[in-house]
Amino acid sequence: MGYYTPDTVPDALEVLRQGDATIIAGCTDYFPNQGDICAPTKLLDISRVAGLRAVSQTTDGWTIGAATTWSDVINADLPRAFDGLKMAAREVGSVQIQNAGTLVGNLCNASPAADGVPPLLTLGAELEVISLRGSRRVPLVDFITGVRQIDMARDEMVVAIHIPAPENAPRGYFLKLGARKYLVISIAMVSTLVALDAGGRITCARVAVGACSAVARRPGALEVALIGQTVDQLMGDPGIWTRHLAPLAPISDVRGSADYRQEIAGELCKRAVMGAIQ
Amino acid sequence: MTNAIPSDQIGFTLNHTSVSANSPPGERLSETLREQMGQRDVKIGCNAGDCGACTVLVDGDPVCACLTPTHRVAGRQVETLTGLVGYDDSAKALSESFLDQGAAQCGICTPGMIVSAVALLRATPDPDEEQVKDAIGGVLCRCTGYRKIIDAVLQAGTSKVTAGADGSGKVGSGKTGSGKVGSGIRHLDGPAKVRGTLAFGDDVAPPGTLVLKVIRSPFARAAFALGDLDLFVATTDGIKATLTAADVPGDNCFGAIPAFVDQPVFAEHETRFRGEAVAAVIGTPEAMRAFDPESFPVDWHQLASVAEVDAAMANDAPQLHTGRDGNEMCKGFVLCGNVDQALEQADIFVEGHFTTGFVEHGYIEPEAGYATFENGKVTVHACTQAPVMDRDALEAILGLHADQIRIVPTAVGGGFGSKLDISVQPFLALGAMKTGHPVRITYTRRETMQSTTKRHPAEMTVKIGAMKDGRLSGLRFDGVFNTGAYASWGPTVATRVPIHASGPYRIADYRAQARAIHTHNPPSGAFRGFGVPQAAIAQEALFDQLAAKLAMDPLEFRILNALDNHQPTVCGQVFEQGVGIRACLKALRPAWAEHNAKIAEFNAQTTGPLRRGVGIAAGWYGCGNTSLANPSTILAGLRVDGTIVLHQGAMDVGQGANTVIAQIFAQAFGVPVAQLTLLGPDTDITPDAGKTSASRQTFVTGNAARLTGEALRARILSMCNASPEATLEVGPGVVKVLDDGHSHQIDLNKLEPNAMGYVLHAEETYDPPTKPLDHNGQGVPYAQFGYAAHLCVVEVDTALGTVKPLHFSAAHDVGQAINPLLVEGQVQGGIAQGLGMALMEEYLPGRTENLHDYLMPTAGDMPRVETIIVEVPDAHGPYGAKGLGEHVLIPTAPAILNAIHNACGARITRLPATPARVHAAIKGLTI
Repeated sequence: MGYYTPDTVPDALEVLRQGDATIIAGCTDYFPNQGDICAPTKLLDISRVAGLRAVSQTTDGWTIGAATTWSDVINADLPRAFDGLKMAAREVGSVQIQNAGTLVGNLCNASPAADGVPPLLTLGAELEVISLRGSRRVPLVDFITGVRQIDMARDEMVVAIHIPAPENAPRGYFLKLGARKYLVISIAMVSTLVALDAGGRITCARVAVGACSAVARRPGALEVALIGQTVDQLMGDPGIWTRHLAPLAPISDVRGSADYRQEIAGELCKRAVMGAIQ
Repeated sequence: MTNAIPSDQIGFTLNHTSVSANSPPGERLSETLREQMGQRDVKIGCNAGDCGACTVLVDGDPVCACLTPTHRVAGRQVETLTGLVGYDDSAKALSESFLDQGAAQCGICTPGMIVSAVALLRATPDPDEEQVKDAIGGVLCRCTGYRKIIDAVLQAGTSKVTAGADGSGKVGSGKTGSGKVGSGIRHLDGPAKVRGTLAFGDDVAPPGTLVLKVIRSPFARAAFALGDLDLFVATTDGIKATLTAADVPGDNCFGAIPAFVDQPVFAEHETRFRGEAVAAVIGTPEAMRAFDPESFPVDWHQLASVAEVDAAMANDAPQLHTGRDGNEMCKGFVLCGNVDQALEQADIFVEGHFTTGFVEHGYIEPEAGYATFENGKVTVHACTQAPVMDRDALEAILGLHADQIRIVPTAVGGGFGSKLDISVQPFLALGAMKTGHPVRITYTRRETMQSTTKRHPAEMTVKIGAMKDGRLSGLRFDGVFNTGAYASWGPTVATRVPIHASGPYRIADYRAQARAIHTHNPPSGAFRGFGVPQAAIAQEALFDQLAAKLAMDPLEFRILNALDNHQPTVCGQVFEQGVGIRACLKALRPAWAEHNAKIAEFNAQTTGPLRRGVGIAAGWYGCGNTSLANPSTILAGLRVDGTIVLHQGAMDVGQGANTVIAQIFAQAFGVPVAQLTLLGPDTDITPDAGKTSASRQTFVTGNAARLTGEALRARILSMCNASPEATLEVGPGVVKVLDDGHSHQIDLNKLEPNAMGYVLHAEETYDPPTKPLDHNGQGVPYAQFGYAAHLCVVEVDTALGTVKPLHFSAAHDVGQAINPLLVEGQVQGGIAQGLGMALMEEYLPGRTENLHDYLMPTAGDMPRVETIIVEVPDAHGPYGAKGLGEHVLIPTAPAILNAIHNACGARITRLPATPARVHAAIKGLTI
């Protein structure tokens, strides 16, 4: 029992070492998961840990602290590679959710429809996971291991997302498909990161598709196929968007059928790549 | 350990005042604010961040209080609506603009809306519409359709927008004037809504009141055995009592329709739907906060169940109720002419099968209330649409006399039909009687979605014929309605559908049947339109197909066949006046021409996947009960001090009865509406004004108010032999009667007050004239119908299957708009519900029992609405007025479906038209 609000990371880790604590930050997933019961519990609130609520530039990239909210990201001055992440942030729930919910919480909740995962996959994000035993860096692609499953021990916590400095000034883009505006869980979503050379040829193409597999995926074959293409060439090859989506394994649920998700994923990829270019 | 915040002294600033809370770890700020700080203006609609009703500002940022641990705000600034309206200029401006625009209907979302808007206006004093939508997009409203809220925020930001910005030129400034009939005055009960002081179902119990929770079936059908409940109570801290069927002193049975009463308060041997109550637990608030229903001693044994009507009608299906063979509860039937012959002789015909699903009412206020038992009398304070029906039901359940039961309705945070049925009332009454203490309950969002009524899913097969000249030649309708586990208002749906399935058209040869079939689902009951919206989907879609086959313009095809005065309806009822459908359809001609032209231009210029389309549909709805008495009574009195008291028993669930009934009475009596004092509803002090359903309050209770006002006026005039044209001035102790230059004074001090303290009073009743229907449904089901026609413009993304409504024009014949501002509000709110039904809403037991899997429209989904108020007066209506509440929803969904077809050629026959279904339908076209 207790509500712990440590000021420092070591203090937070000490609470974790003692066991049975639930880490909370924005609580936008914590409370819905609790249902309507308020049972005695031990909570570790990391929102007051010094330095965790910040978006900062480092020598080799960018760091987003574990208590950083979606609104913080929207308001941060970031290069255009982060446009997709910002677009995703604006599509998270509502202003109320964006003001409370954190990016790291979104990753740790590990929903297949987590809005933060596709843009952070395209940005090559790594998570800094620490405990009193030590610190390690885990690529996001390895951190989320399945539906609601992450590579984090009970005495560990994520303190930051590290994003390497984007090369060639690529531009990020994000598209979310839902059955309504605001407060909507994605049927599918795509985030892209694209750079062109002076001749209009794609030199960097990263594509991540969410809500179409247990964990958001980057269809590598599509990314490879896009390299060197111009907009005109892409317009002349509509099949390119669907040929390379084998890694996706969508399911049917109340939001849409598996067939539908598979069929529209290509269209969303196309629009998200074109959106990043234009 | 360092840095553990002591739970008994969580200090923060609340509305500029320092406070200290004592909350266990993990308590939600919403709970603390409501129960410890008395901030009942912070509303709880979902406890999951899905509705935004609990929005507060923490250090200036809007957040959901239900997602904020109380400990989190230690040392921070928390602001809520009641504080903000006292000191914040934006909040003050918003509270005024919300009243001007009629932006608060039921008022349950209003605190969340205004608090969200305050944050916007502090950062962006002059926002545009998109910024307003972004700011309020996280707050759900089920009443208004958002447009008036958007306009109110724009008005507060710039003072540029005035009431009626969405269309009708009739709407005035939205200020309180004399309130004469036809003036768009503010809601009379609006100020408490915009200041957060109105008390809803969960807002009346004092802190510390015993809390009741219901134990519900986890299975659609299950046998169960209760454990040792005495032991459970004795061994569980804080638990005071349990309730089961054995605790029901009267009949463990209730229902809306006397001949179909079949629903137990607590199931006795077997449950018939997931979420059905089998017991209740009563305990201290502290104990019940942590109480896990899983810990209740009950053993479940899941049994085979039927979810769909086809399975329920199969020979080997489990039977839900004895005496209802084949699980058929009842059927409704209307026959006129010779439909087989007419269809055979028709030059062309179309036919189709249409499917709709369960739709959730989605009011933001879950059922809630509070009851006391003192001196042998039970008093229930709860949200309801039908206080007298609640009392009647409790009489039977509790085995008490009517005078031992008092129903004092709280404000109602939306109803739309579901709060016609009793829900929390028997639990509360039984709990108060058993414990001898006051008891409260608030349904969780999951409970309200699991256990209260839904719109009937429908399977409809329809065939319609026409001659080459466009005249209709026969319509056959066969509908099977999934009525769930218990009757509720299913019989009403079965009765209403065949009467209305013709649409508002002249059809001489007609055969319509609607069957209500039991399944192991929550009871389907009353929901805005009683099955008529489902029937309109089938009929109006097929009308477009008929027009296409005839190469006729869809609007002109409808105008050609529109019902008119002197023509019989399919029930053989002939109106000599008041039929307004043709006027509604004709009113759409300019918008129809304009949007067809615009769309043709757009589609010609667009090369991508976007295609626009326009669709129309019409509807009608009989106001009041079907061929049954449904009287309303209004009482008014004059106190010696000149106070004019209106005993207003018509439940205002946001639609505006408190305002409209008062306007009618004031007009009939001859005083400004601002001079009235309203009392009630309260079964001890207000006569029965019937239930708020069937679009009957403006019509039926309005007539009672008119008659009462006229009677009171006549008494005063007769006291001084004044003429009917005389004017009244009611003041302290005196009534001045000015008549043709003469002034009479009636000294109220000289009159003897009655037991209620009135020196003069009147009480009048109105019951609409109807006649029974025969075995072919022929007769006089309603004294009046109201009429409607909607036009919708949509944009379809043909590659993704998404549909975005861009515009509505809605023509409604209301006879006489008592208050045009409120008419607009009803129209826009109804359209939002129709939009949801068409595009996104489907309740699936066990799967969409929350407001993030069950999607309702947000502020970002509702386009502008042009409201066209058509006034074809009705001889029976007060000042010619007709009902409106259900009509606003009926044409919306078919207009959207017709627009989708117009845009991309896809015909959607299964609702909702989700992106996946629309995509599949489009794909089907191209294969």
